[in-house]
Amino acid sequence: MQEINRDTLIARAKELLSDGTVDRVLGWRCGEFDYDVTPAVFRSADELDTGFVFNIFCGANFSKYLIKETAKSESRVLVFLKPCDTYSFNQLLTEHRFDRSRVYAIGVPCDGMSDVNTLKLRAENILSAHENGDAVEIETLYDGKITLPREKILSERCRFCKSKKHVAYDELLGEEGDVCDNSRFDEVKRIEAMTPDERFEFWRGELSRCIRCNACRDVCPACTCEKCVFDNPNSGVSNKAAANSFEEQMFHIIRAFHVVGRCTDCGECSRVCPQHIPLHLLNRKFISDIDRLYGDYQAGAEVGGRAPVVNFSAGDPEPSDAVEGGANHA
Amino acid sequence: MQVTEYKPLIVAFCCNWCSYAGADLAGNNRLSYPADVKIIRVPCSCRVNPMFILRAFQRGADGVILCGCHPGDCHYTTGNYYTRRRMALLFSMLDYLGIERERTRVEWVSAAEGAKFAATMNDFVKTVAALGENKRLEDIRCKK
Repeated sequence: MQEINRDTLIARAKELLSDGTVDRVLGWRCGEFDYDVTPAVFRSADELDTGFVFNIFCGANFSKYLIKETAKSESRVLVFLKPCDTYSFNQLLTEHRFDRSRVYAIGVPCDGMSDVNTLKLRAENILSAHENGDAVEIETLYDGKITLPREKILSERCRFCKSKKHVAYDELLGEEGDVCDNSRFDEVKRIEAMTPDERFEFWRGELSRCIRCNACRDVCPACTCEKCVFDNPNSGVSNKAAANSFEEQMFHIIRAFHVVGRCTDCGECSRVCPQHIPLHLLNRKFISDIDRLYGDYQAGAEVGGRAPVVNFSAGDPEPSDAVEGGANHA
Repeated sequence: MQVTEYKPLIVAFCCNWCSYAGADLAGNNRLSYPADVKIIRVPCSCRVNPMFILRAFQRGADGVILCGCHPGDCHYTTGNYYTRRRMALLFSMLDYLGIERERTRVEWVSAAEGAKFAATMNDFVKTVAALGENKRLEDIRCKK
């Protein structure tokens, strides 16, 4: 099998640009450092050559960008989607958030991505970071060269990858993968097994670090409301409150609740959090509850899927029975 | 110094078509339930956004109860089915964050069940009073 790398992607993007299929490319642009990869729009072959990258730091999910990008012009935009991005892509199509005919989607393979936050847990003063097979070579200012196996610096969501299968694309580079059978709910189960006091302390400890930068909301492919309830200055919940009040917990409960049944568990919220709050654990709790109470459901697995919260059956469990019983509950 | 008995503040969201009428019936029948329960009338139990419940707590409620028509009897046909799913997920989430699950409740009370309404409220107030003041969900800024 031909290896899919930066050059393969650029070559294909150039072909599509030159034959007029698309007039711009939504891709990853390198930044100051190797790990500063940001989403960007490329309009020419030159721009692709100088700026486009495809490496272990290309974690950004482009699905949400398509909403604004497709609204700009009628011509098509080329987008690169990793397997987990395609779920968000489908979910947004289900919600009619962008025009499918204005998008040319290329599925790209993914062996798990890293991000600067995970990298910085392993090394300090990083100058550069490159993948070399299954290892990542990190050059640092004071500690010299550090080589780490790739799995050691994977983002949380990639360590528990839910799927290597692309569920939407116009063209696939590389081979089709499979849905992974994984243990992504282990951490949720660990928290559920704590006593209520421990749980309360755990979450207050995590959520009180929140600086209300709203990055989790802004990046979330499910949070696509034109007007957000948290932007209302009269709501009293639009800015940062004292760390010991309920405010932060409320923000995060409501943020997670607003994407119930639409969250594809893409993990972008935790990736962008500057305070390293494991926000995906709130979303995963909802997903595991939905699976437990209403049957397995994966948002975005197909276009037109009906989310469990906009559906019902006559024999649903009562709210009082829905909380898992046991000695560990208040 | 006089020691006053602790009185919990309970917010009850009641569906206009059943539980609110059920509360009326409880009153007509001279059934007593604590005055600590403050009723907010909503057009359907489905009108209650999870944020309403969290906001009530934030502003000093010690318990929140949501009363609606029995499943299958919704005035708008299916509203309470959605309530049931939403609240199941919300309550489970509150439990996940270590918040006492007894502080929230959903109860189905029809317009003919005045006695059930009074009994439910008596029981809920007793439960919440036993838990004491709500410390985990309050917001000091909202305290007057």
